[in-house]
Amino acid sequence: MELRSQIPSGPIETAWERHRFDLKLVNPANKRKYTVIVVGSGLAGASAAATLAELGYNVECFCFQDSARRAHSIAAQGGINAAKNYQNDGDSVYRLFYDTVKGGDFRAREGNVYRLAEISLNIIDQCVAQGVPFAREYGGSLANRSFGGAQVSRTFYARGQTGQQLLLGAYQALQRQIAAGRVHMFTRCDMLDVVVVNGRARGIVVRDLETGKISSRAAHAVVLATGGYSNVYFLSTNAKGCNVTATWRAHRRGALFANPCFTQIHPTSIPPSGEHQSKLTLMSESLRNDGRIWVPKRQGDPRDASAIAEDERDYYLERLYPSFGNLTPRDVASRRAKEVCDEGRGVGPGGQGVYLDFRDAIKRLGREVVEDRYGNLFDMYEQITGEVPYEVPMRIYPAPHFTMGGSWVDYNLMSTVPGLHVIGEANFSDHGANRLGASALMQGLADGYFILPHTIGDYLAGTELETVSADHADFKKVEREAQERINKLLAANGTRTVDSFHRELGRLMWDKCGMSRSAAGLRDAVEQIPALREEFWSNVRVTGTGEDYNQTLEKAGRVADFLEFAELMCYDALQRNESCGGHFREEYQTSEGEAQRDDERFAYVAAWEFTGVGSEPRLHKERLEFEHVKLAQRSYK
Amino acid sequence: MHLTLHVWRQANSKTAGRFEQYDATDVSPHMSFLEMLDMVNERLTEERKEPIAFEHDCREGICGSCGMVINGTPHGPKVGVTVCQLHMRTFNDGDQIWIEPWRARAFPVIKDLVVDRNALDRLIQAGGYISVRTGSAPDANAIPVPKEKADSAMDAAACIGCGACVAACPNASAMLFTSAKVAHLNLLPQGQPERFSRVLEMAAQMEEDGFGHCTNHGACQTACPKEISTDFIALLNRELLMAAVTSLPQTA
Repeated sequence: MELRSQIPSGPIETAWERHRFDLKLVNPANKRKYTVIVVGSGLAGASAAATLAELGYNVECFCFQDSARRAHSIAAQGGINAAKNYQNDGDSVYRLFYDTVKGGDFRAREGNVYRLAEISLNIIDQCVAQGVPFAREYGGSLANRSFGGAQVSRTFYARGQTGQQLLLGAYQALQRQIAAGRVHMFTRCDMLDVVVVNGRARGIVVRDLETGKISSRAAHAVVLATGGYSNVYFLSTNAKGCNVTATWRAHRRGALFANPCFTQIHPTSIPPSGEHQSKLTLMSESLRNDGRIWVPKRQGDPRDASAIAEDERDYYLERLYPSFGNLTPRDVASRRAKEVCDEGRGVGPGGQGVYLDFRDAIKRLGREVVEDRYGNLFDMYEQITGEVPYEVPMRIYPAPHFTMGGSWVDYNLMSTVPGLHVIGEANFSDHGANRLGASALMQGLADGYFILPHTIGDYLAGTELETVSADHADFKKVEREAQERINKLLAANGTRTVDSFHRELGRLMWDKCGMSRSAAGLRDAVEQIPALREEFWSNVRVTGTGEDYNQTLEKAGRVADFLEFAELMCYDALQRNESCGGHFREEYQTSEGEAQRDDERFAYVAAWEFTGVGSEPRLHKERLEFEHVKLAQRSYK
Repeated sequence: MHLTLHVWRQANSKTAGRFEQYDATDVSPHMSFLEMLDMVNERLTEERKEPIAFEHDCREGICGSCGMVINGTPHGPKVGVTVCQLHMRTFNDGDQIWIEPWRARAFPVIKDLVVDRNALDRLIQAGGYISVRTGSAPDANAIPVPKEKADSAMDAAACIGCGACVAACPNASAMLFTSAKVAHLNLLPQGQPERFSRVLEMAAQMEEDGFGHCTNHGACQTACPKEISTDFIALLNRELLMAAVTSLPQTA
């Protein structure tokens, strides 16, 4: 299979504009004759559905939550980047492009990233016009902050709820189109599979979560905007419902899956408090600006933090990275935390945590200043842990947070199944091996508002599509398969709960395919996952029936897909014999323990083809070319 | 900790519900309320009984999915948090805890503690938006917005749409929810063109969906996990009055 990225040739600065001109257009009167299915209603899905409807397409939008407003984009805290240069500090489209390619550790496509940086300007304009209440200066203009180690202030924010406000903007645009009758919204509706007719994606099979009824929806094109797969680790910062089902089912139907091993671990989450832990909560990274990270020098030191003298503390980030100190990038800070915990120097329950100490900041700045800067975060921490960070150091631990991998898509955001488009976190396109802070919201909205609505027209205008209804035999066949799968889950009637399998898988993935990976560990995981999967299908207990609201059944279907997907992640991590971004292979590090990239052999996108459950997937490579940003080793010493 | 739970169980909107009693043993004070329910559900599953259905997703207080009435109070005894952020250390060993779904005509029960809140989406559809096409926006800094206005709009926009205000109100009114959206948009210059049509249409939709009227009890503000102020209800009433006056037939 040849992977054609469709990146326009010629000067990168005008590539998107030229490409847009070359895209075929659908006559305004004809747009209403086309139906487009959008699965997911987060930033990417809601913005795409609303914009497609404004253009005149018939849109059907699906989400599993009770309302389109609940998608997990809502939980993003920090902000959204845009190269507006409102601060006059030397920012530009080119600089945002440069930072993103470099931050992604040279595993993203230059063409895509440049377009993203360019469109960042339009996104802010659009959101302000929708009424997103971004932070403002006293003069009434927009405020910015520097975020995630960027050297310019290009991050726009709405308190600590930027994701919420951007999502509400897109959600409201979507509701307006629903009221206008241009979008048919299906809430509490789970996508179970993609239907491919004559080699093209022509619809989906869904389950109404309230009635349990399985049915099909036919369309001219399908868009997946279904987010990331961090929940493969069970414990992550993702919402409980986040899952890989849509992109995994698409993968089984022929959509290649790219770079699944590129996952991002966020360094500042609140550590688990025990076996009952159901998810992890993120604390803003800004805490690292004033907090100092340390662990006791001695292994298994049982004393309280206050009893440990200064010379018995190891401020390991400051020691290892004198110039960046506590502000090293996410992947580095996370890996080092795991390292000291693995050495037996972790703190808190189970030794799964490191201190983030504000004692010196309070001494230096006074409690009031610290309260002013971080008060709400301290409150949140106290609420969850019952400890007061003004008095005892916070405990933090890394948590899976974002997944850079996803469905392989070309420059038009179309997967290897014609007619099947994938946008937002669900695709692999723009972040390479590591995503920079405040870039996820930007990508979701760029795809949904400004890219997909144009590129999908090119597909529709340039393709002969026969009339296909949901009664088509191919739809009936996929419906039957979906029903049989549900029957099988209900019939297993075993002894273990769905969560117990999910926890076991999560633990395995965290140990073997988490923050640091080794060939031996990955081979181990590739052996263990199929055994766990087999046990799941024979020994899972799903109570209730398939004919009504059944949360256990929903969960079981998602875990079943994670149990297949996890294996692919391990294969991907195993073939990538280098360390880059969020992917750290223990065998490939410099003498100082830093990630060692191998550009000669691994400057490619790994796109995997499905060959059957339990059968080794087939690897396809898309070479990455770097014409503008010079390949260089990241250094934070 | 050992707790006794009295949980509302109801198979669907057509059948009657009832309270059932469950023992929650070995509860850690570090658990969130939902993690405590997770544990009860795991045990129910092991006993081949149907777990308690409750809605949840982000578990960090922002998605608005979760919500239940705990001992008569929406989202439980702690002020300013959703039930997913409520931790068991708030309770005492031996407590009796009564857990019910939101109760309002506009929110029919789907199962156990899960209710249908589509009526809130319909309120937004009635006018809770600014009509702007993608791509037609001027530069973001073209229209300055005074900081106080932007801050106040953000205070209102913090609403997570959980429905606790409706559940807390003796009239099951959606005034706090509606006023928060009206205030968010009407305070901003971008929201001015549709200022009056927005408030009139959203108010009409509240009636249509069977929400009750506001009689200034203020229970909504107390229950709101985001502590949204009833000042916005006052603003909504002013906007309604202004809209009524300006939409009177104009005579020479």
